[in-house]
Amino acid sequence: MADPMKIRAANKDGVTEVKILMSHEMETGQRKDASGAIVPAHFISEVTATWNGKVVLQGEFGPAVSKNPYLAFKFKGGAKGEKVTVSWVDNKGDKRTDEGTIA
Amino acid sequence: MRKQRRGTPHAAAKRMAGSLAALAALATLTGTPALAQDKSMDEIAKYREMLADGNPAELIEMRGEELWKTPRGPKNVSLEQCDLGLGPGKVEGAYAQLPRYFADAGKVMDVEARLVYCMQTQQGFSFAEATKNWYSKPGKESDLVALVTWVGAQSNGQKINVPVKHPKEAEMVKMGEYIFHRRSGPQDFGCSVCHGQDGVRIRLQDLDNLSQSKGAQKAMRTWPAYRVSQGTVWTMQRRLIDCMRQARWPEQKFPSDAVIALEMYLQNKAAGGVLESPGIKR
Amino acid sequence: MSMNEINARRDAMKKMGGMGFLGLLAAAGMITPQMALAAWNKGAFEAKTLADTLKALGAAGTPVESKDVVLNAPDIAENGAVVPVTVTSNLPHSQQVAILVEKNPNALAAQFMIPEGTEATITTRVKMGQTSDVFALVKSDGKFYIAKKEIKVTLGGCGG
Repeated sequence: MADPMKIRAANKDGVTEVKILMSHEMETGQRKDASGAIVPAHFISEVTATWNGKVVLQGEFGPAVSKNPYLAFKFKGGAKGEKVTVSWVDNKGDKRTDEGTIA
Repeated sequence: MRKQRRGTPHAAAKRMAGSLAALAALATLTGTPALAQDKSMDEIAKYREMLADGNPAELIEMRGEELWKTPRGPKNVSLEQCDLGLGPGKVEGAYAQLPRYFADAGKVMDVEARLVYCMQTQQGFSFAEATKNWYSKPGKESDLVALVTWVGAQSNGQKINVPVKHPKEAEMVKMGEYIFHRRSGPQDFGCSVCHGQDGVRIRLQDLDNLSQSKGAQKAMRTWPAYRVSQGTVWTMQRRLIDCMRQARWPEQKFPSDAVIALEMYLQNKAAGGVLESPGIKR
Repeated sequence: MSMNEINARRDAMKKMGGMGFLGLLAAAGMITPQMALAAWNKGAFEAKTLADTLKALGAAGTPVESKDVVLNAPDIAENGAVVPVTVTSNLPHSQQVAILVEKNPNALAAQFMIPEGTEATITTRVKMGQTSDVFALVKSDGKFYIAKKEIKVTLGGCGG
């Protein structure tokens, strides 16, 4: 099973800044292993962040996003103690959902 | 140990000169070499600054905390009673004061050697099991590295404080200093060739002068560190064992007493440096 | 969901063009994350050239270079495996942001749908195989705008 994300969210002057770290190999499909065989592509393809049931960001990744992806963005609204929920799914169908509390 | 050879021109220095020439060539692309070189260094600083905000080591740190608290091994106990030098279970600030002498083991240990010791004595793992995956490979993160990352993070903001209090510690500092200055192997190479003087660089990277307190502080305060080129955290054992490999020295067995001696020498010299742990670097 | 169903849905979305119906629903906040996770733009991510990628993103022709699209990244990356990039759009109604690396095997690295209420400022990190022009593409009020920056990838030292 996929490892948990690290989600930080902080509200300042009515705007919530969200910083997400996702644990994922982000294998490009171009690399060869020690025996010379191509390591198949394995990467997070879609990321969705919601707050209060509303989608606040939707992203699509290719394998060129760095290993252990980092994503930061800001949305209007959000209050201290409220949750930001982030979900990702990868190209093999593995998925993960985690929550962060707005500080 | 062989006696130190001296005075022979060596390939490493030539290679370094080549790298500096390449740097100068890159610098001339955009203007006067000196100005362009300064600009390059500014941009490298910007690159490092932009990376610092979201350090994937935090993911590994989370795993480490989980591993620390989870009962594991044949005895099915957690590591929560492991003594990292400040008493059983006291983790905060422990990394800043390692390596140190441990009376129960009768020797100087660094964070990794100590964790391996606790895994053996408290959790009942064999030495082979505890050290089997001592470093992370693509797709296979090391439990031990995760533990070191978490322990290191519990000293974030603390001053490095590794004084010599025990004769064994004095012995290790002395041995570390000897290894640091010793040139050896087919390239007649050693730590001090690159890290024993001010103002040198390999490609675009400044090399700290680790024989001085200022340089040692700068180098030692950002470990363990997430290496973006490797996509995982490197510990000081891995850093130094790999330095030795790059110097074409015989491969060290983990956890290496020679490495612990070097760590003891460097941490002792780096006293007062404030830890930014875990770090992030190229 | 089976692969056939996924492909059928993708085909249906392609017919609707742009960011896809699901993307629009997600942008409007009408569906949950689990429902939204099926809109990956295969055509755009698998395109090889910059021109083909832009076409697959619906930005055929030459998008207008705009000072209101800001691509913040270092001029030099110490390692190509992790290159930090921030894209900021000061254009009104910025709906979509994409990051493209011209000399990568596939130019498109990532794209984002920006719902109303979310600022058009995205920070992420991409891989670069070599020194290349990097593009930030922004869709604002249905039109595409672009910003360009060359990022040099160097070989570092030992990684002290």
